[in-house]
Amino acid sequence: MAVRASDDDPEKARRFREAALPYLDEAYTLARYLLRDAADAEDAVQECYLRAYKHFDSYRGPAMKPWLFAILRNVCRAEFARRKSAPAPSDDLPETAEQAPMWNEPTETPERQLLRRFDGDTVRKLIAALAEPFRETFVLREIQNLSYREIADVAAVPVGTVMSRLARARAMLRSAWLAEQERVK
Amino acid sequence: MTCEEAEVLLHALIDGELDAGHAREVEAHIEGCAHCAALTTEYREIRQAMAETDLQYKASPALRRRIEEALPQAQPRPLPQAVPSRRAVLRGFAMGSAVSAIAATGLVAIVLRNDDEQRVEAEVVSAHLRSLQAGHLTDVISTDQHTVKPWFNGKLDVSPPVIDLTAQGFTLIGGRLDYVDARAIGAVVYKRRQHVINLFVAQTADTERRAAKTNTLQGFNIRRWSDRGLNYWAVSDLGADELAEFGEKFETAMRANKEG
Repeated sequence: MAVRASDDDPEKARRFREAALPYLDEAYTLARYLLRDAADAEDAVQECYLRAYKHFDSYRGPAMKPWLFAILRNVCRAEFARRKSAPAPSDDLPETAEQAPMWNEPTETPERQLLRRFDGDTVRKLIAALAEPFRETFVLREIQNLSYREIADVAAVPVGTVMSRLARARAMLRSAWLAEQERVK
Repeated sequence: MTCEEAEVLLHALIDGELDAGHAREVEAHIEGCAHCAALTTEYREIRQAMAETDLQYKASPALRRRIEEALPQAQPRPLPQAVPSRRAVLRGFAMGSAVSAIAATGLVAIVLRNDDEQRVEAEVVSAHLRSLQAGHLTDVISTDQHTVKPWFNGKLDVSPPVIDLTAQGFTLIGGRLDYVDARAIGAVVYKRRQHVINLFVAQTADTERRAAKTNTLQGFNIRRWSDRGLNYWAVSDLGADELAEFGEKFETAMRANKEG
């Protein structure tokens, strides 16, 4: 997408760079987790920045990061739509997915050993295996450190939905974590 | 509270997102329920383990360059052809949905603050605080502008204007090299009575004049303005009115210097 000539305002470009470019790594991180593909993530982030620049005039805060993320998320959803075989994006998810069971029997106490630590690559893989939209909520909370309110704004869902998705996401991650622990024993 | 409710709410408890009343209710349930207590412990452990693991990705320099090149340059020049993204499909998606979604959820809020500007202001205040520690205020001590100004030569990519404002009630006491926003920056130090004023000066690509704005951060007043390709931050514990007086006197003297 080329930037229109009317957007070629040096002052605007300078302000935009100063405000938005510091979040490039965070934006790329989110896109990587959402799209699970390095090249697609790069394209999505570039597209996100160009869209954000176009709409920068109407940006009124409060925080740049969630604003960029909301745009990036929509770009990623368009990419999901393109990958017809991929799981449907979150908003089209059938109601039943939200009701999916939680495998939440805690590990046997009291001899339960301490949680095993994994390296970054293993944990990234466990997160990548989470189903949408739980992965999105989880990444926004645990890796991007957004508040529930900010996550609700980014994902355009009520805070209650954020809470239930996060509970589900953590339950899924926990079982995956324990399974991995069992596997590498 | 049932276990079913607690299994959702304990996450909000871990995240510190519950108000005091709900937090107490969840805690009370956890105290009396071994199942939920064990779960809470496990979730906290997983969270801790994740916090200790680097889960961020880094954008490649190539991506940074692609985005930089696709944006208009800070200095006007012929618009470079935007680097096309690999997938045309990403282009077509309407931006409208993102904007209306944000509007609908109230993210379009009242405050117009520039995050980056705020961050730099915070750094400027930190630099001011550092300078107040014993022996850190000045690298060159002189009340003579003709000593302070040459001292900066070769130390910075910009020569900060050093103006004697003694007659206007602000005593020049020296200069210092400081670091703000990961860059070396010049600080010209003035005093009024026992109050130190650090005037930080940095180069900017933007030559447009920007009128002064005053902010308060950690009890310090910051007066910020831009002129002739330089950004200025005057930081002091002086009252906003006296700092404004300093800024005005400085700008007046600058204009007189340039025109005279």
